[in-house]
Amino acid sequence: MTIGVGFSIALGLLILAVAVFTIGTRDSFAAVVAFVVYGLLLSLGWMNLYCPDVALTEAAVGGGVTGALLLNACARVRSEKTSDFKKSPRWIGRGLAGLLCLALSSGLVAVVILLPNPAPTLAPEATRSLSVTGLGNPVTAVLMAYRALDTMLEKVVLLLALVGVWSLASDRFWGGRATFGHLPEPDRPLIFLTRVLAPVGIIAGIYLFWVGADAPGGAFAGGAILSAIWILVFFAGLSVVPAVGSLGLRIVLSIGIIIFLAAGVAGISMAAGFLAYPEGFAKPIIVVIEVAMTLSIGATLGLLVAGPPGQSLKP
Amino acid sequence: MRDILFCGAGFVLAMVALGLIRILRGPAAADRMMAAQLLGTGGIAGLLLAAGGGLAAAVDVALTLALLAAFAAVAFVKSGTPPKLDKSPTGEKG
Amino acid sequence: MSIEVALNILTIVAVSGGAFFFLAGTVGLLRFPDTLTRLHALTKADNVGLGLIMIGLLPRVAWPFDALKLIVVWVLVLITSAVSSQLIGRKLWRGGDGS
Repeated sequence: MTIGVGFSIALGLLILAVAVFTIGTRDSFAAVVAFVVYGLLLSLGWMNLYCPDVALTEAAVGGGVTGALLLNACARVRSEKTSDFKKSPRWIGRGLAGLLCLALSSGLVAVVILLPNPAPTLAPEATRSLSVTGLGNPVTAVLMAYRALDTMLEKVVLLLALVGVWSLASDRFWGGRATFGHLPEPDRPLIFLTRVLAPVGIIAGIYLFWVGADAPGGAFAGGAILSAIWILVFFAGLSVVPAVGSLGLRIVLSIGIIIFLAAGVAGISMAAGFLAYPEGFAKPIIVVIEVAMTLSIGATLGLLVAGPPGQSLKP
Repeated sequence: MRDILFCGAGFVLAMVALGLIRILRGPAAADRMMAAQLLGTGGIAGLLLAAGGGLAAAVDVALTLALLAAFAAVAFVKSGTPPKLDKSPTGEKG
Repeated sequence: MSIEVALNILTIVAVSGGAFFFLAGTVGLLRFPDTLTRLHALTKADNVGLGLIMIGLLPRVAWPFDALKLIVVWVLVLITSAVSSQLIGRKLWRGGDGS
């Protein structure tokens, strides 16, 4: 057994162990920390399989943004002792859920193991058409050119999730700002950290988005890093969360989808059909769409962590 | 040389696995968060060692991990105080 | 002794040193009696261990951009681990451990 195979097996077992601990532990905070570690280990696992794009997105979204979201949620749940955790589903409910999970996992394992060798793949065809799109990274070509419709719909789902989070606010706070509920003390070390991290983070976010055309990266990873910097600025108290009702915020949130749709509709008249790019103009259009999407993703993820508005604007 | 670096990556990964015990046991919440921080740094080290300078994207992933580990630590520190719902509306001009 | 051999020796020595500091940090995290002392062990492993491993990897990556990125990652981890350990320490000192 070579070292590489042993390494992969060890990593896989570690991921499994952390997953079991995340589900099995009684302390919700420990579960959240274990989930962040799980995201980190998954990202390492993806790198082990030579998938840097997925590893980047997993590290950025699964590790950082989702971790912050869950930590916030965990703190809120602990402080409100209103829900009754003593009732748990009866044995038949638990048994049914366990059976369904078992069936799903066995199905997935069977599909992966029973693949013919070599597995059927479209990768050579995808790379063959890269020169037409003008991109160098086949993953970006799949996301933005071959399956652009899926990418656009993903962004719509993200925006819907944000609206869902906002709808948790009580009526009198609608249109107001999200509060993190922290004491407004001047936090010197945090301000220092933000002043150091913010330039590096912004440059890293823009760099990751820009380099996504030819190397692993892309709008999602860049947007996630930008959102992390934005939330850091809120934590340090250096800026206020924008109000939910403000028009500027809503424009920034939806600009990605609007430009995507506009490019798609323009494709009907100028090229083959919806979301088709005219010859030779593919890369500039893709870049414009990605800029708008990075902005929207950054704002949406940041506001998802900020949570529902808890402070009204008007007296 | 690559094998040596791979062994180094395996060793750091083993350290990361041992650090997970602290997440399991640590009585205080801060213990668990500190273990996660060590895992983040160990993950960066293990990633760079396993890539061994070959995969250029590995450094980008390491940069992302470093930024987000810091972010997760700040999120933990700031999530300690429970949120206060603002009962008296404050009129802030947006 | 050619430059290649010298660089290889540097890589092996530095990576071994870094691995040792990671071992020390993990042992400290597991065996120290108190949360604050564990915090102390953590920052030593972060800074010195990662730094040594970076020094060991510098001869192996492409100049100049990848090497610069490595150094940026290390400085970033230095600063953030310093600040976050101060923040965690202050939170523990004030008595809110959140558990």
